[in-house]
Amino acid sequence: MVRQRKASEQDAALAKCPTGIRGLDEITGGGLPRGRPTLVCGGTGCGKTLLAVEFLVRGIREFGEPGAFMAFEETAEELAKNVASLGFDLEGLIRRKQLAVDYVHVERSEIEETGEYDLEGLFVRLNAMIKGVGAKRVAIDSLEALFGGLLKEEILRAELRRLFRWLKNTGVTAVISAEQGANTFTRHGLEEYVSDCVIALDHRVADQIATRRLRVVKYRGSAHGTNEYPVMIDEHGLSVLPVSSLSLAHAVSRQRVSTGIARLDTMLDGKGYYRGSSVLVSGTAGTGKTSLAAAFADGSGRRGERCLYVAFEESPAQIMRNMASIGFDLDTWVRKGLLRFHAVRPTVYGLEQHLVAIHKLVEEFHPAAVVVDPISNLPSVGMGNEPSFMLLRVIDFLKSRDITSLFTSLTSGATETEQTELGISSMMDTWLLLRTVETSWERNRLLYVLKSRGMWHSNQVREFVLTRKGVQIKDVYVGPGAVLTGSARVAQEVQDQAAAVTQRQTIARRQRELEHERRRVMAEMQALRSKSTTLTEELKILARDEGSRVDMAARSRTGIARARRAD
Amino acid sequence: MPTKMVPRPVKRRTPAPARTERWELRLYVVGQTPRSTTAFANLQKLCEEHLAGRYEIEVIDLLKNPKLAADDQILAVPTLVRKLPTPVKKIIGDLSNEERVLVGLNLRQR
Repeated sequence: MVRQRKASEQDAALAKCPTGIRGLDEITGGGLPRGRPTLVCGGTGCGKTLLAVEFLVRGIREFGEPGAFMAFEETAEELAKNVASLGFDLEGLIRRKQLAVDYVHVERSEIEETGEYDLEGLFVRLNAMIKGVGAKRVAIDSLEALFGGLLKEEILRAELRRLFRWLKNTGVTAVISAEQGANTFTRHGLEEYVSDCVIALDHRVADQIATRRLRVVKYRGSAHGTNEYPVMIDEHGLSVLPVSSLSLAHAVSRQRVSTGIARLDTMLDGKGYYRGSSVLVSGTAGTGKTSLAAAFADGSGRRGERCLYVAFEESPAQIMRNMASIGFDLDTWVRKGLLRFHAVRPTVYGLEQHLVAIHKLVEEFHPAAVVVDPISNLPSVGMGNEPSFMLLRVIDFLKSRDITSLFTSLTSGATETEQTELGISSMMDTWLLLRTVETSWERNRLLYVLKSRGMWHSNQVREFVLTRKGVQIKDVYVGPGAVLTGSARVAQEVQDQAAAVTQRQTIARRQRELEHERRRVMAEMQALRSKSTTLTEELKILARDEGSRVDMAARSRTGIARARRAD
Repeated sequence: MPTKMVPRPVKRRTPAPARTERWELRLYVVGQTPRSTTAFANLQKLCEEHLAGRYEIEVIDLLKNPKLAADDQILAVPTLVRKLPTPVKKIIGDLSNEERVLVGLNLRQR
């Protein structure tokens, strides 16, 4: 019997129990160790209880495994109320006998201790729940409460050791939460009882922005991600953001996508961006970064592709109104479900949450393109190189999905324009630089392609004009001795035109003169030719007259002779 | 099914009790362990000495009634619960320290 169980235990050594929690299964390589207890430790408000509840609820809903929850901190009613907003209907699950919840009330002031005891009552209760619903998963939240309620720590510790062993023997996959200690993972050193899997949750506040993180401290017999992963709690529960996409192995596409501006496509080998590439549009204030982003979103809508627009500065309504003024009807794409806005202030939550939010939206919406406008105010949230690290993760994630990404970045007037504060140029495949030039009392926008990996691209600086009918890119005036833009360009063009007209007129006049002369010569030639003909005629007549005169003379001589009857 | 162990009343003249209300005590145990036996013996002795004739002890074996463990919030065993007189009192352990039990049951001032 015993030998048999040992054998099956070995077989199950690497069996995993999927939690169904977004991202957690990825970093644990499939879930928690099946049939073993996992310790989840962390401070207050880090999401321990939620993780425990979600583990059970998802177990029931997604994997058909009933669960038992032993709660020390909240009553079943409180718990149900707290997670109802996440769409977890605990009462319904309890009614359907898929979930059992037992609230253990421990209050030191109500308990008198005398003599020896054990915690068999706890075991009886757990066992009753497990048997009652046929639980495969158990959550205990949190054992620390016992330390507050019972005086004899040596008894407690012995009993906890027994509890973990018992859970293991029962074969349930258990999640046990515990309060974080000052120098240890748990305040009462519970980690020493759990040797299989320890997960640490963390809730940090920096610059008034709270960030939750998760780390797999230990996972016996299994490879696992060792980093701290950002965690977000939203209306769907917990999400852990795996960074598994942090690699440079994504497939690349040869397909091209339009920039939304025909002329800009021309500047990029006539075809636009590579699909799945990252595009940076940087420039100083008011250079038209958002307009370029909107053009891209609009173009994506016209192709019938989905675009996610992450707006960190303006509300969707404002962007739509503003972009309508230059001819981009983004509203239509929103109504058709091809464009989705996600507008939040960067300071609403930490970088990780932004990252998780983008991840989640991408998973839900499946866009072909993502616009982040702008990335330059993210440093206000993170410290040091965190923002650029986050961007790297976003870019890698999007690239792995073959999603074209466009980021706008505001460069302050003081810094070098070709320098972005985040130092992210190396992550970008295509970099469009927008700048303004001030000439003859006006400011004009210029655009050029700073780099575009893997394609021919124009080296020309073009003028970038926002009109009511859209964005236009015009050649700047490149004439002898001057490169002109804006009205100066227009003026020069008019001037050039006038000069051209004058020249055309001069040539026409000269042509007319020459033609006139030619015609005169021709006429003269005609006159001479007819004169020559006349003369020829005259000559012929004269010759003929002479002949007849001689004839006549001869004839008359004969006639006279005859008359004179000469012999 | 709670097993009722009503001890045989001992015919003895006791001094008029200060309070005449009935005492309803429950002892929760898990199986017949030496510890539960000790606890029951300690309890019975104590009741005879202080509450003779006006107490009732109900021993509940949680192995037979596991549901009661949750219903009555039992965690440790043995647990003695004073149902009556109110307020409800809880004492855990084998009741070996008589002094503490008396204090816990409000039979003696601290």
